[in-house]
Amino acid sequence: MAIRVQDPGLLTTVQDLGRYGYSHLGISPGGAADSLAMRIANLLVGNPENAATLEMTLAGATLEFDEESIVALSGGECHCRINGDTAPLWQAMRVPARGILTCGAMKTGARLYLGIQGGLDVQPIMGSASTNMAGHFGGFEGRGLRKGDLLGVRKGPNSRLPTLNPGTVEALYSREPLRVTRGAQHDWFGLEAFGKLLSCPYTVSEQSNRSGLRLKGEPISPRVRSQLLTEGVSHGAIQVPQDEQPIILFVDQQTTGGYPKIANVIAADLYRVGQLRPREQVRFIEVAIPQAIDLLREQEEWLKQIFQC
Amino acid sequence: MSLDNHERVMSLFRALQRVNDLRIRNLHPAYASILIDFDPLRLSHEEATSLIENLAGEEPSQCGRAANTVTIPVCYDVEFAPDLQEVANHAKIPAREVIWLHSSATYHVHFLGFTPGFAYLGGLPETLHAPRLATPRKHVPAGSVAIAGTQAGIYPVDSPGGWRLIGRTPVRIFDPDATQPTLLKPGDLVEFREIDRATFDATVNR
Repeated sequence: MAIRVQDPGLLTTVQDLGRYGYSHLGISPGGAADSLAMRIANLLVGNPENAATLEMTLAGATLEFDEESIVALSGGECHCRINGDTAPLWQAMRVPARGILTCGAMKTGARLYLGIQGGLDVQPIMGSASTNMAGHFGGFEGRGLRKGDLLGVRKGPNSRLPTLNPGTVEALYSREPLRVTRGAQHDWFGLEAFGKLLSCPYTVSEQSNRSGLRLKGEPISPRVRSQLLTEGVSHGAIQVPQDEQPIILFVDQQTTGGYPKIANVIAADLYRVGQLRPREQVRFIEVAIPQAIDLLREQEEWLKQIFQC
Repeated sequence: MSLDNHERVMSLFRALQRVNDLRIRNLHPAYASILIDFDPLRLSHEEATSLIENLAGEEPSQCGRAANTVTIPVCYDVEFAPDLQEVANHAKIPAREVIWLHSSATYHVHFLGFTPGFAYLGGLPETLHAPRLATPRKHVPAGSVAIAGTQAGIYPVDSPGGWRLIGRTPVRIFDPDATQPTLLKPGDLVEFREIDRATFDATVNR
């Protein structure tokens, strides 16, 4: 079973939940930018949640399936068609043999996932199928898909497929501020600068990608101007370089950085960062670390309850 | 940065690697810090703190402290060294002496970052300290041997880069399919050995 790429869209890559245990070798985890949407797409087609999926960016791909396949789309709002008929997101669908799936431009959100029953047949490298574009490895030949690429699909289980409870998607993509905890160098900034981050809206710059989201807005001035010794940085850290405009470090980030970090987007909200579009506004609100952990635990519990059989 | 602090970081890093707790997802040692990424739903902050405090309190173990020395062949041919002459001008020494200085020092892998397998090497002779390029190159070929500021490095994969290029190695620095994907690991010692163009070409074609 295979999928032929007729049009790759803006940037389409193979992603699973990422590659852990190699950051000391300069290899960032990568993985789906909106890991919740990606996991749901897999669960809808009866896959384990870490099966290899396709992640599309802002403008979707056009794909041809050689055999009948069960697929599910999830993520940003987007008009998709199978052989010309509207194909709704967030549910399992059958694509007939030689069927063509066309994914349009996203109206909201920035990333669309295609889960395919069985998962994409990609050789895991260092334990993951995710594409590492900086290292040119993983996924499909270590790069974004191109017209004419042929992706293998694994044979899937013929299990009963679940559906999503009504209201799930609305609950998933709230417009609430992103929740942050204090960053490693939070005290370099002082209350005024931290207050600014929490009270002013920031706009996602066009120069944003999977490595980082550059934000534009009120400058955040450090109280002390000292040079930070380069250190390891984590996914979701908000660093403030010399131009005083914050950057959210994201899935394909470099593993080290030399700029002070004022805050950290909490783990439970990182999937929403993956759906931020250029020119979209974001706001931040502070939570304490124990609360951030509770929120993550609640999210994992919630994920188990959104399906019905 | 003191070397003593860095040695403590590396000792804790090695201890954490030995413990191999699956609730810890990633470790990233740097000059004077170590980033520990753990699953907070399986390992609490309190447990993580006490684990780290116990390991950090241990005397640096002698096993695993014997540094691994990696010798890397470098061809300093003009084609591979677009910035060699400028480094020589900056240091006010002949290009030949830049090569000699670069290939006679012993370097220490402080940590990896930037791209997969990129090792930040300390130990560059002071004469060779030079600022990075004002405008980074959009494309630096894999294997490029470079210096910037007080540091030395080798570009493991094709990438952009602002360091000054003074040579190239035919050896693969990053191989994602290998059991040990990066040639260099934190804590390794590195030496450069000069090779001529014929040797470089022969190695590449092998």
